[in-house]
Amino acid sequence: MRTTAVTPLAAGTLAALLLTGCAGQDGAQPQADADRAEQHTQADSFAIEDAWVKAVTAEDGMTGAFGLLNNPADGDLSVVAASSPVAGMVELHEVVTGDDGNAVMQEKDGGFLVPAGDTHVLEPGADHIMLMGLTEDLDPGTEVAVELEFSDGSTLEFSAPVKDYEGANENYDDGAGHGEEH
Amino acid sequence: MHPDRSPEPAAPSTGRLSRRHLLLGGAAAGVGAAALVGADSLLNTRSTPPLGETPGAAAHGGQTVPFHGTHQAGVETPPQAHGKFVAVDLAEDVDAEKIRRLLTLLSDDAAKLTQGKAALADSEPELAFVPARLTVTFGFGPGLVDRVPGVPAPAWLKPLPEFSVDRLRPEWNSGDLLMQICADDPLTVSHAARMLIKDTRAFGTVRWTQDGFRRAYGAEPDGTTMRNLMGQVDGTVNARPDTDAFETMVWEPRDNPEWLHGGTGMVVRRIAMDLDEWDRLDRPGREESVGRRLFDGAPLTGGTEHDEPDFDALTPLGFPRIAEYAHIRRARSDNPDEQVFRRAYNYDVPTLGDEGQDAGLIFVSYQSDVDLQFVPIQRRLDELDLLNEWISPIGSAVFAVPPGCAEGGFIGETLFPA
Repeated sequence: MRTTAVTPLAAGTLAALLLTGCAGQDGAQPQADADRAEQHTQADSFAIEDAWVKAVTAEDGMTGAFGLLNNPADGDLSVVAASSPVAGMVELHEVVTGDDGNAVMQEKDGGFLVPAGDTHVLEPGADHIMLMGLTEDLDPGTEVAVELEFSDGSTLEFSAPVKDYEGANENYDDGAGHGEEH
Repeated sequence: MHPDRSPEPAAPSTGRLSRRHLLLGGAAAGVGAAALVGADSLLNTRSTPPLGETPGAAAHGGQTVPFHGTHQAGVETPPQAHGKFVAVDLAEDVDAEKIRRLLTLLSDDAAKLTQGKAALADSEPELAFVPARLTVTFGFGPGLVDRVPGVPAPAWLKPLPEFSVDRLRPEWNSGDLLMQICADDPLTVSHAARMLIKDTRAFGTVRWTQDGFRRAYGAEPDGTTMRNLMGQVDGTVNARPDTDAFETMVWEPRDNPEWLHGGTGMVVRRIAMDLDEWDRLDRPGREESVGRRLFDGAPLTGGTEHDEPDFDALTPLGFPRIAEYAHIRRARSDNPDEQVFRRAYNYDVPTLGDEGQDAGLIFVSYQSDVDLQFVPIQRRLDELDLLNEWISPIGSAVFAVPPGCAEGGFIGETLFPA
């Protein structure tokens, strides 16, 4: 029930790389990355641990997904996009100090980089996956599927339990252009 | 105590200062980092002063009890110093599917916290890093089992019969879901309870909470029988968990439904003690009422604590040496079925003004058939037991304790056969 394992969905392709517009971290040309990805995608070497989603109602409209992004492999990987069947839009967010000194969240340029052998923490008040335009209530104890897309075009789906949580109430940076839900 | 130490603890070394500074400076990023570090390494790197520099202060906070297994932990587990008992009433709209979701959340939190790891969405992860033998044991009241269609409840899963000594108060009775949270550290218990209770908020409300304690960890040799607040050695005749007698008493399925195999039954009784009245009784009277010596718990017929009482022995005047009304005589049965495994805690809660002391015993017993094993004992004590002069049961609840689960499973999964 609690498995956060992981189904690599698609091998990276040149087309996917071009679509995401993101070359490999080492700056190598896309074709070389694609070739390498054929054998070993970023999704293959990725693992998410302790994933969870904050419980909200559909009326609340948005919530965050959190967890530990582990990269036990030798090469860096980047999460560049995410999607979920319960959300109309999903963004990769960071929390920064706004001009007025308050913490605001905004889309993170380039997504989440997870260096080789490292772990990138997604947690309230810091980087997180933002689920917006929710299509249903996310009740505690249910599971939410989230698909991550990596910079080599490979994808991976995980399931995260929904938990009650009072925090994670960061403000939007209205200038970031996703205020249409509110 | 430590002549080699600097006598000025207020003036820590430069190294100490810089480490503190680093810890504070890293606080913003610290939560995530801390969540990645296991209990052991944290205990050994973050404490002030560092462990190993304080002679005799071996850290037992890192000790863990496995959560997964055939049986739930917290029954056979040697009783920890602190216990919290939380009974939850499920909201009306909580059906079988929601129960399943609740139990999944609770099991996952318990599995992590008992191993010294932060629960998911743990708002104070650092508090989880000292497990101190934390166990979380779940019990189901009839109000939970009845909501799962097609699942029979054991016949004994109902309120106990009324006893004449009972002074039961509704606020200490019953409950749909019981969480027994025990550890050798009270901060650990408090944090675990908070995380678990937060899980239940969307599903119900806390009906009652009972906090209990024994001697602090390490204050007595392991295995010492506990004393209650009347000063008595309490629980001498208790089967050892590695014996056949215990196995039969606690885990034998008897007539229990299949989903409960590997589990057992649990009785929780809040027993108030009138300690001010007890104060009026002299020492011989106190020993007579129980039938044991206060000093070491040995029966009044001699020997040591674990020697068998001689119920036939007479005084020079021809009266039974252990009185007819003595607690140990009344609790005793020749019927081997009439035995329970006790795992009690003391309670002593703050009072104001002239309320008197509010103290007593959280009586907890495990037995696979409450009606067969517990009720006859309580009946005999109800009919005659001199101790009844000073004790009154004020709360009573019965729970079915489901079996343990394997990794990836959840406690209560046997209610939901695939």
